[in-house]
This record gives sequence, C-alpha cells and structure tokens, in this order.
Amino acid sequence: MLGITPWPIVSALLWIVLIVLALYLVRVTAHKTIDAATQALSRSLKLASRAVARSEKHLAARNRDVLLAAGREAKERIIEREFDRINDSVRKDLANYSALHRTLSESIGRIEKDHQEAVDVPPDPPGWVRAVEAVAELDSREGRVKVGNILSDIHKSLIKAHKEAMVAYHKASATRHRLLRQMRPEWRQVQQTLGQIGKNVDSLLARSVTIDRLMQEYEDIVRDKDRAMSVLSSSSLVNFFVSAFVLMIAIGGATINFSLIARPMAEMVGGTNLIGGFRTADIAALVIIMVEISMGLFLMESLRITRLFPVIGALNDKLRVRMIWITFTILFLLASVEAGLAYMREVLLHDELATSALLRGDIGAAGTATNQYLWITTAAQMGMGFILPFALVFVAIPLETFVHSLRTVVGMALQSLLRAFALVLRILGNIFEFIGQFLKQVYDLTLFVPLWIEERLQKSGEPEPELGRLS
Amino acid sequence: MNKLRNLLIVATAALLASCSAEDRQPANTGVYMLLDTSGTYAEELDKAEQIIRYTLSRLDATDAFAVARIDTGSFSEKDIIAKASFDDRPSAVNRQKRAFAESVHEFVENVESAPYTDITGGILQAVEFLNEKGTGNKTILIFSDLKEDLQEGYVRDIELELDGFEIIALTVTKLRSDNMDPREYLGRLEEWQTRVEGTGGTWRVVNDLDSLEGLL
Repeated sequence: MLGITPWPIVSALLWIVLIVLALYLVRVTAHKTIDAATQALSRSLKLASRAVARSEKHLAARNRDVLLAAGREAKERIIEREFDRINDSVRKDLANYSALHRTLSESIGRIEKDHQEAVDVPPDPPGWVRAVEAVAELDSREGRVKVGNILSDIHKSLIKAHKEAMVAYHKASATRHRLLRQMRPEWRQVQQTLGQIGKNVDSLLARSVTIDRLMQEYEDIVRDKDRAMSVLSSSSLVNFFVSAFVLMIAIGGATINFSLIARPMAEMVGGTNLIGGFRTADIAALVIIMVEISMGLFLMESLRITRLFPVIGALNDKLRVRMIWITFTILFLLASVEAGLAYMREVLLHDELATSALLRGDIGAAGTATNQYLWITTAAQMGMGFILPFALVFVAIPLETFVHSLRTVVGMALQSLLRAFALVLRILGNIFEFIGQFLKQVYDLTLFVPLWIEERLQKSGEPEPELGRLS
Repeated sequence: MNKLRNLLIVATAALLASCSAEDRQPANTGVYMLLDTSGTYAEELDKAEQIIRYTLSRLDATDAFAVARIDTGSFSEKDIIAKASFDDRPSAVNRQKRAFAESVHEFVENVESAPYTDITGGILQAVEFLNEKGTGNKTILIFSDLKEDLQEGYVRDIELELDGFEIIALTVTKLRSDNMDPREYLGRLEEWQTRVEGTGGTWRVVNDLDSLEGLL
C-alpha cells in the first residue's frame, strides 16, 4: 500500500520527502499549536500555583491570628493569675498592716520609755567639800581648838553619806540594766516585724517583675511582633508533642482500666450479646470509662483549671461549686463501682482457674487455686480500679493543651502542604513551558533540509553588503 | 424536624440491620457426643471423659453440649447422660461446666455394658437436639468402634439430614476381627464417611488423643 513505486527504497524516500514537505508546510501552524497547548498548560498550572500560594497566605494569616489569639488568651490567664496571687498576698500580708503599725509603735514607745528611764543619773556633786574648806579656814583664822573633833564627826558623817549614795547609785544602775534587758525582746520583735515586712515587699517586687515581663510579652503579642510569633509557634509545637505524649500515657491507663472491668461486666450485661458487632460488655466498660473521663473534664472545668467549656466557666460560683460536688460524687461512685468490678474480676478469674484445673483433671490445683498471697493481687486490682478513674481526671489538662495546640499544628502542616503544592505547580508550569520549546526544536529537527534551503534562499535574496562603503 | 426524623429512621434501620445480621448466623457452637457403651468399649470410657473435659474447656457462653450413651435403642432422651446450654454469664458457665463434668464422671464410674450398638439412633437424637438448640456450628462426636449392632425389630435404614453438621469419629478402636482383616475396619470408616457426606455432613476421624487441639 505504501509502495508508490516498484522500488521500496525509492518509495520510502518519496514518502519521507512528502512527509517532510507536508510538515514544512504546516510548520507555522504546528508551532502555534504546540505553543498554544503548552502555554495553556503552563499558564493554568502557574495560575493554580498562584491561587494555592494565595490560599497559603490566607491560611498563614489565619494561623497567625489563631496563634496570637491563643497566645494572648494564655498570657491573659497567666497575668490574671499573677494578679490574683498579688491580691492574695496583699490581702493576707498587708491587710493587717494597721495592726502591724500599732505593734511597731507600741514597741518603739516602750523602748523609748525604757531608754529614758535607763538614762545614767550622775551622782550629786560633793557640796560638803566647800563646807569642810570653810570650817578649816575658820579654824586657822580664829585659832579655835577642838575643831578637829568637829571635822572628825563631819568626816564620819560624810563617809556614811557617801556609802549611802553609792548604794543608791548601784541600785539605780541595776534598775537601768534591768530596763535595758527588758528592751532586748522589744528590739527583736521590731526586727522580726520589719524583716517580715521586708520579705513581703520583696515578694511583691518579684511578682511585679514577673508581671512586667509578662506584660512585655503580652504587648509583643498585641503588637503582632515576629518574635512573639516565633516564640508562640515553637511553644505550640512543644505543647502539642508533650500533650500528645501524656495523652498516650492516659490512653494506656484507660486501656488497663478497660481490661480491669470488661470481664466482670459480662456478669452484668452478658458475655455474648453484641451491639454493632462489638460485645455489649466491652461497650459497657468503655462507656463507664468515657463517663469517668467526661466527669473528670467537667470537674476540671468547674474548678476552672481548664477552659474547654465556656458555659461551665461562665456559671456563677454557687452553681459551679454544686457542679464540683456533683461531678466528684459521680466520679467517686464510679470509682467504687470499678473497685467492686475489679474484685469481681479476681473472683471470676479464680473460679475459672479452678474450673480449668478440674477439667484438666488436676484436682489438687483446683483445690489450691486460691493461695494465701492472692489477696495482694486482689487488693492491687481494687486499688487500681479505684485510683485510675481519679487519675484519668487529669487527662483534661493535656487534652485542653492538645486541642489548642492541634489547631496551630494542623494549620502549620496545611500551610507547609499548600506551600509545597504551590511550588510543585509552579515547577510543572515551567516544565511545560520548556517542553513546548523542546517540541518545536524536535519538530524543526526533522525539517532541517527545507529549513536549510529556506535559510540559503533568504540569504541569497538579501542585498549584498557594499564592500566599498564598509571599507 | 424532618432531618431529625430521617436521621432517626436511618439510625434505627442501621441498628435493625446489624441485629438481623447477627440473627442470621449465630456464632455459638453445639456439640453432641455419643459414647459407645457396648462390649469392651465401656472399659475405655475414661478416654471419653478426657475428651469431654477437653470439650468443656473449649466451649463458651451460650454454647450447648450434651453427652449421650449408645445402647440398644439410642434414639431416646433417656440416653442423654448430661446436657447443658451454657449461660450468658461467665460464673454461671463455670458452675455448669463443673456440674457437667461431675455428672459424666459419675456415669463413667457406674457404667454398665450395653448388649447392642445403635449408632444411627444416637445420631438422629443428636441431630434433633442440635437443631432444637439452633447453634451456629453443629458437631457430633462419636466415641465408638463404628460397628453398628442393632437388636431385632429396630429400623435404622433412615436417610440422615446432616447438612451443616460435622461428624467426628474419635479413637476408633480396631476390633480383633479388624486385625485379621483390616478391610473390615477401613470399610466401616468408608461406609460412615459415604453416609455422612452423602447427606450433606462433613466427616473427620481423630484417633490421637494428644492432638485434640483441632477438635473444635
């Protein structure tokens, strides 16, 4: 069919010539078609890339808003708690400041009084010396006799008076020393009171420094600073992984709890009933654990430790306290039920072991299945059954952190995904652009003969450059 | 309101579908064991007791188990030594198993040899019992040499309905005549296999008591 001449080689050559000719004739159209197809693909991909990039930017802005809002809220909570602490400190330590002031004033008054009383009174100046001198002068001037006797009497009187004065002086000194000794505890009290005041003031100062720092961070967040963003991002990631780790541990605890109560639950709801393909006993055990976790969440929420449910947080204090007691009571009852089920589990296990031993024909083992140490495992199981529900209450804290950090982490992951997708689309767009050029080159490669001829013809048609002018 | 109603309808339908799916195919097991008490086989019932205990240990809540003797006329409830439909609660199941094992032990201790061997009658009784219990899996264990010996007047040329039943022959002891002519033994096995499989049942022989793991 392809043989247009009797000679195959000639036919093939003819076909090649015809095809090349045809390709040459439609070259411009073919180039345009290739350009149109590849450009359409390339532009579509680039457009899609830009759209994805825009979405990524929107998402980034949204993530930023979410992160800042979360950071702002967290910081507000911390600052609020710091202020609460300061309030408590001021109320506790400085509320009795007037009493403290009065104590100090009284102590100082007593010290002053004691101090005044303890002032050292100098002994009276010896007034009798002048009298002696006068008598002596009288004796020598008037030549009287027996003045010596008078003087001797005076001397004796003086010695006596001196002794009495000394005794009185010693007594006064002793009183002064006693008063000074009495002042010592007053001084100590004053010192202690001032020390306590100093500590309180130092504590307040330290808290004020913390608040200053927190306020600075808060201002950074409010002002939308990049530093705050990076701190919040890394903090969010850390929170996510830490809370996920703690939640994994909690899931382990819940699984153990489940295995403790699933078997004895079969005694209550039957061992073979199924709901949706799952054993009713397993579902019942799971429901009990879920209810415990829910109660734990409500308890934590009522205690205002977590803030997952704004409705509970907004309740008035009276209702909130009631809710605390109600949730705690339900939790306590469920924990007691679990302890009972754990005991039942142990009883069932012994029963089953005894039956198995009997069926194996091991009569001795059947009789001694319960030994004296089995109460330890029974007590341990009951203890675990009672404690685990309360331990699961604290799941609320990592759960809250996980939920809050999850928003940020998922947002960041989506952002990265969109960024990568936009990049891939952009690269594909460029690739299609180059593919268009490549296809045109390949097309022209098959037409190198007519193209060469065309080039030669074009050159021959062009006017020769004037050599004389050029030179 | 309409949306809520539709949602309720869908949920109810899903629940009913799941329930009906469960009803279609119960997962419990029913086991009926026939003990040959004729001739020398009565002396080997301690092995049967061992198998019964193993079977009891394998059965669970809502399963059904019955042990009956094969004697002159086995198509009778009077030949049932012990039977139990296990309760839903594990503690009750353990109690039932212990009582069952106790009954069987008493029987084995005081068994009297039967002059004839009505295996077909026993199987008919087993089929009736297991069909009545409506268990998902139906297994008939036959502890016998499979040599049927009917008293005159007993008609056992009856078509068995064994569709969905698994028949397991246990410790099929060879008779003295089998030793002389093994074809007799092999012929008995083949005859029972043909009879069981011809009526829709499955046939298995377990002679090694140490490999009871695959019994149920």
